[in-house]
Amino acid sequence: MVRLKRFFKRFYLAILLFFLYLPILMLMVYSFNGGKTMAKWTGFSLNWYVELFKDPVIMEALGVTLSIALLSSLIAVVVGTLAAIGINEYKKWPKTLTINLTYVPMMNADIVTGISLLLLFIFMRIPRGYGTLLIAHTAFNIPYVIFSVLPKLRQMDPNLYEAALDMGATPSYAVRKVLIPELMPGIMTGFIMAFTMSFDDFVISFFSTQGLVNNLSTYIYSMARVGINPKINALSTIMFVCIITLLIVTNVQANRHSKKQQKQQRI
Amino acid sequence: MKKKFFALPYIVWMILFTVMPLILVLVYAFFNTTPSGDVIFTTEYLASAFSPESLSVLWRSLGYALITTVLCLLIAYPAALLLSRLKPRTASILSLLFILPMWMNFLLRTYAWRALLDLNGPINQLLGLLGIPAQQMLYTEGAVIFGLVYNFLPFMLLPIYSVFTKMNTSYIEAAEDLGANKRQVLFRVILPLTRPGIITGITMVFMPAVSTFIISRLLGGAHYMMFGDLLENQFMLLKDWNTGSALALIMMILLIISMALMRKYDKDSTEGGTRLW
Repeated sequence: MVRLKRFFKRFYLAILLFFLYLPILMLMVYSFNGGKTMAKWTGFSLNWYVELFKDPVIMEALGVTLSIALLSSLIAVVVGTLAAIGINEYKKWPKTLTINLTYVPMMNADIVTGISLLLLFIFMRIPRGYGTLLIAHTAFNIPYVIFSVLPKLRQMDPNLYEAALDMGATPSYAVRKVLIPELMPGIMTGFIMAFTMSFDDFVISFFSTQGLVNNLSTYIYSMARVGINPKINALSTIMFVCIITLLIVTNVQANRHSKKQQKQQRI
Repeated sequence: MKKKFFALPYIVWMILFTVMPLILVLVYAFFNTTPSGDVIFTTEYLASAFSPESLSVLWRSLGYALITTVLCLLIAYPAALLLSRLKPRTASILSLLFILPMWMNFLLRTYAWRALLDLNGPINQLLGLLGIPAQQMLYTEGAVIFGLVYNFLPFMLLPIYSVFTKMNTSYIEAAEDLGANKRQVLFRVILPLTRPGIITGITMVFMPAVSTFIISRLLGGAHYMMFGDLLENQFMLLKDWNTGSALALIMMILLIISMALMRKYDKDSTEGGTRLW
């Protein structure tokens, strides 16, 4: 009975994971398909992987996705970290107001954020394109940075910064040498979250560009009506494998690190 | 320079790109420019946003989102519980496995489900081997809800799991020692303690589900349009900014209502934590 129960427990998670990965498996398998559709298997081929790199449209969309993710999260890190340091010093009501307004892009439905930004761009007659895409991504990225840095600021001893000033450090030196290093873990979390959000986003990108510039997700969307090209499956497979590798590498490193620490503690 | 001023660039940014856009939604929803250039107040757009057609889409979306949220909760809760009972190392690897699919574009995953659920797709072929006639799965209401549950499940699972990992298990042991049976432990101890996770999960699933678009179109065809699809049509196809803004306004009001409700329950749950004793 106990055994049966344990089997069921493992089985339940396994079924869930199976369903979660079924479509991903399907995509990966069919990226090696000779034929053009996911309806029929016509034999193993690496053709789509070769074709992928010759496709200028896909390569450009990939470039847009990566560069927007990198740029928007870098800008978000700078603006967001400074904002968090400032907001932390605010008095009660300006602080509450700013924090609540910062929650808006995080809580609002993506589609409403996208539409409201589109209205702004239309109203201010800003032509839709790479620039508006960058603005939109930075806009939804900054709150993630602020909310990962703020808790670190609260944990930190406020006297540290004051002490540096008393010892004769200029404010900018104290910020660079005392404040920023203390906040680094929060800043890194914020950066990774922002990068991920930007990389994954479809809805806000779609509305803020009106399809005039394509990143990967809007390009996939434009193909979804007519059928997705297997080259995209090949690209997703490559990216997915990269992410898994990255995760394994960081996990193994973290493991080694913690084991080393344990050893040192024992000594 | 005072540290306060560090926030200045962000304050300017926030006013420009968070506050202004929301004000513009209101402006476009309620004001109209006449051909002569006058700006006049009108409720005409709001009236067309509340037309019977769009209301029927709204009810359907709310219904789908509700079913999706309930299903996600019923599926994710036991999973989170099981996950938290595993050895820490196995649990951390498995929880990572639940997050990983989110790194594959959701459009692509939904598109792959189309191929899987197809009348001639792998699932029907498998059923055929078992002697079951092929089922029409794609382009049904069931397919749309399946797609939504598939997409939002991790957003329900992760917050509940994280509450489980932080939970002090000595409460459970104490309840057991004091003679509570398994049912009582679940309903009187575990459930109240994990309420914050459930609330976060519901907020992360319900409203996003109401406003999704494309999932319904890809898996349900043209028959099961959701509110997000309606909004997209209004903006991208008809380019009717005014009616579109009025529809977006409905969405914003819904969000405010649901957040107020959640906040109320969240408060109750923290009080509930003390009421336990």
